[in-house]
Formats: sequence, structure tokens, C-alpha cells
Amino acid sequence: MSAALRLRDVGKEYPGGVHALRGVSVEVPAGDQVAVVGPSGSGKTTMLTVLGTLERPTSGAVEVAGRDVVAASDSELAGLRAFEIGFVFQGFHLQEAMTALDNVATGMLYTGAPARERREAARAALDRVGLSGRLTHRPTQLSGGERQRVAIARAIAKRPVIMLADEPTGNLDSRSGQEVISLLHELAADGASLVLITHDEQIAGTFERRIQMRDGEIVGDERQ
Amino acid sequence: MTATSLPLPGGTRPDAPRRPETARLPPHELLSIALQGLRTRRLRASLSALGIAIGIGAMVAVVGISASSQANLLATIDSLGTNLLTVAPGQTFLGANEVLPSTSVAAILHQPNVQTASAVYQVSNVSVLRTPYVPSEQTGGIGVDAADTGLLAALSDRMASGHFLNASNERFPTVVLGAQAATILQIPNASGHIQLFLGGTWFTVVGIMKPALLDPNLDTSVFIGLPTAERLFRTQPNASEIYVRTNQDSVTSVSNLLAATADPQNPDGVQVSRPSDALEARAAAKGQFTTLLLGLGAVALLVGAIGIANIMVISVLERRAEIGLRRALGATRRHITIQFLAESALLAALGGIAGLLLGGLATLVYAIARGQPWVVPLYALIAAPVAGFAIGAVAGLYPASKAARLSPTEALRAT
Repeated sequence: MSAALRLRDVGKEYPGGVHALRGVSVEVPAGDQVAVVGPSGSGKTTMLTVLGTLERPTSGAVEVAGRDVVAASDSELAGLRAFEIGFVFQGFHLQEAMTALDNVATGMLYTGAPARERREAARAALDRVGLSGRLTHRPTQLSGGERQRVAIARAIAKRPVIMLADEPTGNLDSRSGQEVISLLHELAADGASLVLITHDEQIAGTFERRIQMRDGEIVGDERQ
Repeated sequence: MTATSLPLPGGTRPDAPRRPETARLPPHELLSIALQGLRTRRLRASLSALGIAIGIGAMVAVVGISASSQANLLATIDSLGTNLLTVAPGQTFLGANEVLPSTSVAAILHQPNVQTASAVYQVSNVSVLRTPYVPSEQTGGIGVDAADTGLLAALSDRMASGHFLNASNERFPTVVLGAQAATILQIPNASGHIQLFLGGTWFTVVGIMKPALLDPNLDTSVFIGLPTAERLFRTQPNASEIYVRTNQDSVTSVSNLLAATADPQNPDGVQVSRPSDALEARAAAKGQFTTLLLGLGAVALLVGAIGIANIMVISVLERRAEIGLRRALGATRRHITIQFLAESALLAALGGIAGLLLGGLATLVYAIARGQPWVVPLYALIAAPVAGFAIGAVAGLYPASKAARLSPTEALRAT
């Protein structure tokens, strides 16, 4: 199976001489589920934003869903994010003024799909994450775990081939955290690649593959 | 991949990436997210739109009020008619007053295309007094004229009270007052019991005129019959002003002939003018004056635009997380730019529409208070929202480009 994500000798340097990534090479085949672990400042989030095409690397080659990220234009990268990549963040990033359904439908806004189609997909996605009873609730009316599930529904509504999650359980208690993780596993089992950053050893333990990072480098990449 | 791994509805997608596609945002979606951006910050949006509304409202009111007064003036001109010409003696080369021949009125009446001609004749050395005990120097600036009985009709004027001189009373000591003369003499109406002392004779007040809009000089005069003036004060029948009504479409041709008709021996000593020209000039002058006030409105608008730019900059800072999220969901930099530009332009366009209503209302109140027609120029209906839109777009340029330049990862970190 072809690689959904491929980094080759990727470096990322920020102004001021901070080397967030140094010579990172990694390949994530389609359907792979990977946990990225490592201390704060080890470059995990930077790697995720490079994989998510939100940032371009300073050096090296990046291939996402078969596209060369370094050579692609701003709108081509935006197209990749709109169609192929689903993000889940620690802070949920839901819009307070919108209902759960509208928040999820926003996930497909930039695909150009008509509003009716977006809402249908959003309803299906919310159903899939077990929130079919919460369509018209606003984020403030939902618990932390429910909010993160809305955010996950938003990421999967467009049926992405790649899911990227940055500490999705960081703001949740351990029980809702575990529910969110098993939901992500289950959704990715449909065939998407899942890359998830975590501090939590127990969560990392639920992944077949674990990548260890330190000081911007990959120091371990093991399968169990 | 096996056939059994078909995705469930609402799940992720295992199949190969779709053909290369770029992110899209149809215009109506853009409009709806811009509106939503304003809706979620209603108070702030309306306060910043208020700046634009006041600026545009001021300009609409200025344009509207001036158009209303202009329309009023033009309506007055229309009702008075533009076919009135006046003939008056001019001055000689040395500055002495010319004298029109006593045959002038009759000669003018013989002209084709002349409907009527009526004259007033100056009555010299006679002052208007309420009683014989008032010193004769205290005239209050009121002059005495003899008038033809057709004067009122020629001026298209009306009586405020009583009636004008006519064939039955012009030979008797009766007097009609100009509007302002009546005010100065403190005579509210012509009841028939009030008398004035003119040059040693008691005259009965039989009428008070309304203001003569075409020739306001007449307002400070009182009028007596020509036969009476000739008899009592030896007034010569040489007109001091002749009012001529012509057929509507031959005003110019009659005007060209009037001087020679009035005084064939000395046409250069005759002044012919058209009073409606002066009113039209006044209407035009009202239009000129608005330029200054429009400038003031533009200053208000500039302040409003700065207010919008300011609010949008703050909004961009506050909404960094939203901007980051939108980038993650597939928005290009251009989508972000356009979104904020659209918000700003829409906000100001709504301000423009509110300003149009405000200005229209101000004009209406003014028009009602002054008894004028309510006129808002048609172009203002389009110009107000369009101007608002354009101002908003310009004011939003800097904040929008600031939003687009935000690094998405940094924006996402801001929660």
C-alpha cells in the first residue's frame, strides 16, 4: 500500500535559530495508526503541522496523499486540507455561536459542497460519534468529551484519508479521554491514517506503532 | 484493501486520494460567513456601522434638504409663472432717472402675445401715518404707490385679507397694503374700519396683500387708485414699473420688443427684466452651498471608516483561533482576506443603508417643518449603500491582509 504521509530528511527552522525539526524521515502507510510521544519542545506539534501542510519545511521533502507539499501552491495545499486531512485539536476550536451541526458542517465549507450536502454529511458524522441527540446544542451546552466528539465529527465529515490529532485528550478527564481515543481508533479503522500526539503513555499504548521524538529528531519508531 | 473495508457512512475514507482539487468557497457561502461574523458580534458591529451611518446620513440630509428647498423654490416659480416681465425706467448716462411715457402701458397691451400689463406709479412726498399726530418723517420705510386695478392678477398674487383696488373704489380714498407694510403698521386685517392718514386725507384700508414673491419690493408699499392719486397728489401717469404677462412660449420675443414699445423715442432708457430669473438663480445658489456641507459629511465618513478599520483590526486579533481553524479546514490566504474584506464592506454598506434612512428621515422632518415637498435625490438611494460598501472595503484592506498573513499554527495556539 502506498504511503499516505512521507517525510524525507525534513528540517524546520524558525526565525531566531530554533531548530524544531532536524532531519526527520518517516513514512506512514495508508491506514496506519501512529502515536507520537516525546517531551514538550521535542518537535511533535511542528511535525504534525508539517504533515498537515499548515507549515512548509525549511528543508527536505514532504509528500501528503501523493502530493509534493514543497512544490505545491497555497491553494493546492488548502485543497489537500479541505479534502484529505482532518484535524483534531486539544482546544476543540468550536465556534461558540454555532450549533453542533453547523460546527461540523463548517468542516466541509471549503470543499465547495452545497450547504444541504454538508449538513447531511454533518448529521451522519455526528451520528457516527454518538451525538445524534445533540445536533442543535451549542458548544457551551456540551461536556468536554462531547465537544471533542463534535470536533472529531467535524474532522471526519468530509471523510478524509488522513487524520491528525494534537493532544486530543489534553483537556479531558481520563474517562472521556479514553472514549475519544477509542472513537478515533474505530473511525480510522475504516482505512484512514491516524497520527496522534500524546503525553499519555497509556494512550500511546493503545497504538500499534509509536514514534518517539526528542530535540526535533525521531529517536524511536517501534511497532508492537 | 479488501471489498469488506468499505467505509461506513460518516466514517473516514480508505480509498486513494481524489484527483487533485483546490479549496473552493462559493460567493454565497462567503456572504453567509461574513453575515455570521457580524451577527455574532452584534453590538460592536452596530456601533461601528453607526459611524458610517452618521456620515452618510449627514450627507443624505444635506443633499435631501437642499433638493427639497430647491424643489420648493421651483414649485413656487412654477406657480407664479415664468412669463412675467417687468419694465422700468432706467437711468440716464449721467445717473438721473429716466421717465416712461404715459402711453407705455397702452402700447404694451397692444403687442401681440401680451396677456396683461399693469403698472404702479410712484406717489412722491406722501407718507403713510396711523394718525395726523405722528410726525410725517416717521414713514417706517413705507412708500406710497398708485396702482392699476389689474396689478394683483399680473403678479399672480393673492389677498391676505379684504380685496384689491377695483373700478368701484379706485376713485375714492381707499388703500391696499403690501404684506410687510401691514406688519409695520400693525394692521392685522382689512375690516373696513381702519383708516390711514395719507398726505392730509384719511384713506380706508380695504385690503392686505400676501407677500409678492416675484417682486418683494412691493411688500413695503401701500397702493391707492391712480385717479385718486392724480386728483389728490397730482401724480403723473408715468409708470415706475410695468408688470407684463406674456404667452408662455413667446416670453423672449416679447421681451426683445418691450423696450422699444414702452418708449419708442428712447428705448435705451428702459430696463426689462424677468423676475423668475432671480428666483432660479437663488435655486441654483442653494445647490452651490451644499458642497461645503457635503465636505463636512465626508469628514464624518472618514472618521467612521477609521472606526471600522479599528474594529476590524481588533476583531482579527480576537479571532486568531477562528482564522487558524479556517486555514486548517482548507481556507486559503485569499479566502481569509476576502472573508474579512466582505465583513467590513458589508458592515459599512449596512451603515450606508441606515444612513440613508437617517438622512431621509431628517429631510422629511425638515420638509414637514418648513412646509416643503420631501425630496431625496434618486442617486442617493444607490450612492449611499455603494459608498458605504466601498469605504468598508478600503477600511478592511489592512485588517484583512493582516488576518491572511497570520501563521495558521500560531493562530491555532491562541485559544
